[in-house]
Amino acid sequence: MSALVRSLLAGSILSGTPLLYATLAELVGERAGVVNLGLEGVMLIGAVTGFIATVHTGSAMAGVIAAALAGAVFNLVFAFLVVTRRANQLATGLALMFAGVGLSALLGARYIGSRISGLPEFRVPVLADVPIIGPAFFVHDGLVYAAAPLAVLLWWILFSTRWGLEVRVVGENPVAAFAAGKNPYALQYQALCLAGMLGGLAGAHLSLGVARTWAEWMTAGRGFIAVALVIFAKWHPLRAMAGALLFGGAISLEIQMQARGVKVSPFILDMLPYVLSLAVLAIWGGARRHTAPASLGRVFQGMP
Amino acid sequence: MTRTLSTIATVLTLVAGVATAGAAEPFKVGVVHLGSVTDGGYNQAHADGIQAMKKSLPDVEVIQVENVPEGADAERVMENMIKRGARVIFAASFGYLEPAMRVAQKYPDVKFFHPGGYKRTPNMTTYWASTPEAFYLMGMAAGKTTKTNKVGYIVALPISFFLANVNAFELGARSVNPNVETRVVFTGTFLDPGKEAAAANALLEQGCDVLGVIVDSPITVVQTAEKRGAYSVGFHSLGVSKFAPKGFVTGVAFTWGTLYTRLVREVMDGKFKSQDILGSLRDDFLTLAPFGPAVPADVSKLVDAKTREFIAGAAHPFQGPLKDNRGAERVKSGEVFPLADLRKMDWLVEGVVGQPR
Repeated sequence: MSALVRSLLAGSILSGTPLLYATLAELVGERAGVVNLGLEGVMLIGAVTGFIATVHTGSAMAGVIAAALAGAVFNLVFAFLVVTRRANQLATGLALMFAGVGLSALLGARYIGSRISGLPEFRVPVLADVPIIGPAFFVHDGLVYAAAPLAVLLWWILFSTRWGLEVRVVGENPVAAFAAGKNPYALQYQALCLAGMLGGLAGAHLSLGVARTWAEWMTAGRGFIAVALVIFAKWHPLRAMAGALLFGGAISLEIQMQARGVKVSPFILDMLPYVLSLAVLAIWGGARRHTAPASLGRVFQGMP
Repeated sequence: MTRTLSTIATVLTLVAGVATAGAAEPFKVGVVHLGSVTDGGYNQAHADGIQAMKKSLPDVEVIQVENVPEGADAERVMENMIKRGARVIFAASFGYLEPAMRVAQKYPDVKFFHPGGYKRTPNMTTYWASTPEAFYLMGMAAGKTTKTNKVGYIVALPISFFLANVNAFELGARSVNPNVETRVVFTGTFLDPGKEAAAANALLEQGCDVLGVIVDSPITVVQTAEKRGAYSVGFHSLGVSKFAPKGFVTGVAFTWGTLYTRLVREVMDGKFKSQDILGSLRDDFLTLAPFGPAVPADVSKLVDAKTREFIAGAAHPFQGPLKDNRGAERVKSGEVFPLADLRKMDWLVEGVVGQPR
């Protein structure tokens, strides 16, 4: 039993980490009033750039930095289209997703089959020896350890700093931000730049930490799951941690049950993460209107 | 859907190609791939075969298109290849069967080759290599190598051919080590390296010390096993062994080159005939990768002996009596499960831990 708990926890954390980065990425953008359905593409750009940089430099750290930068640049293209050019966010996001899938496939084609050693695992001394939770929580790579503190940091930034307040105001009512002397466009650019970095990290964790390989479209829909997890998290970074862990846990549970020979059809187990998400949304779904940024998806046309 | 985009791009190039086609035509061969030809797996095996064919027949010009979705897109790509002068089409994915049949009926002078197809037209030949015997041999090597007597298999979906491979693997392993059990995790998709890594970790935690994999690209699983000091077996392409210099046991690979050379040469010489070619260990397009350093020395003798028995027809991978893993008798004593009926195999053999549906 304790082995199952340990494996489940460790698996949830590993599978949940890329989801947490992705959810935080979407959350920052949406707090500034921008829905980005192209997150999947941003993640793929991050995954492929991180992998290529690691192949060439031999350093996974360089790969992580490259992934964050590439994610930011790619998301700024999105920002240019939806903020400066005032294009429809949903259509632009989907187009960006396809562009990201295609571009990453093109960039990565030569690197399919390249070998990297990936992000190194760190054993936290003493803590790693605690039964059950030690091996589950304290034997991971650096991006895993950084994920939860980053969520807390983001919570603090969004809710306790002036910049966070301004971003949230833009998401609620860009006219009010404008009237207060702030530039909504600049704030949206900044938020989307940060979102791109986080999205790039999400991809980098997949290609450098989890799979340690590059494969075309390796995000396999996680960018879209993250969009759903933002709603689940009610646009709150701390709840995003719970969401990512829950979804990662469902994937982990599905695999653990099969590896342990539990006699349940693999088809039913495969639905588990999605059934669980639906169940939680059904239970928690009530007061959603009050938590979504009021101007989410709307285009700020400037002052009349 | 990138595939749609790349197809559009391809179609445009092909249309441009029609306009510039010259008078003195070389013999053109069109090849349609489902995925990327550098995937270290299924697609690369076909592409490597085409490359080898081109080497033996230098006058042949190859028109190759990657990432073509199964369906109407595939039909358009094939038709454009024909308009560009292709006289042979390799539709290199199982799902191209219907599109290839339709195009073949429309262009009776063009010859078609399809891997794994179960029906044909007068101008289409189908080919495949039956893998259970090779998986049986691979199982023998793994059964001799494992120390925990537990092998983990990560499989995309519980479809009959994959179940048959896992069954043959377990039977081969048990033939040399009666205590081996094979645990199967189905990921539900052909491509999700994140989930494949999670499955590999889970199986290793369960005490498995050899991992096998049947998904698009074996790289993630083989690499995860190596990193954690476990052994691994490969599938599809020979190239994967470089990801596990210490722990690689062996692998089953398709080496299509000789077959493709023969097929294309027959068309060039006007000797094409519509047929169904089913290869086996006897043929050189199914290969067992060289054994890795961890494999005990006596294995190669054992495997060689069994290989000869298979080739001579003196042994069969599914020799009765066989029970499934729910205890029901599936093959009676003295009978075999015919390799021609693999499509009907919907059970996992005793000794495999997993749910076939």
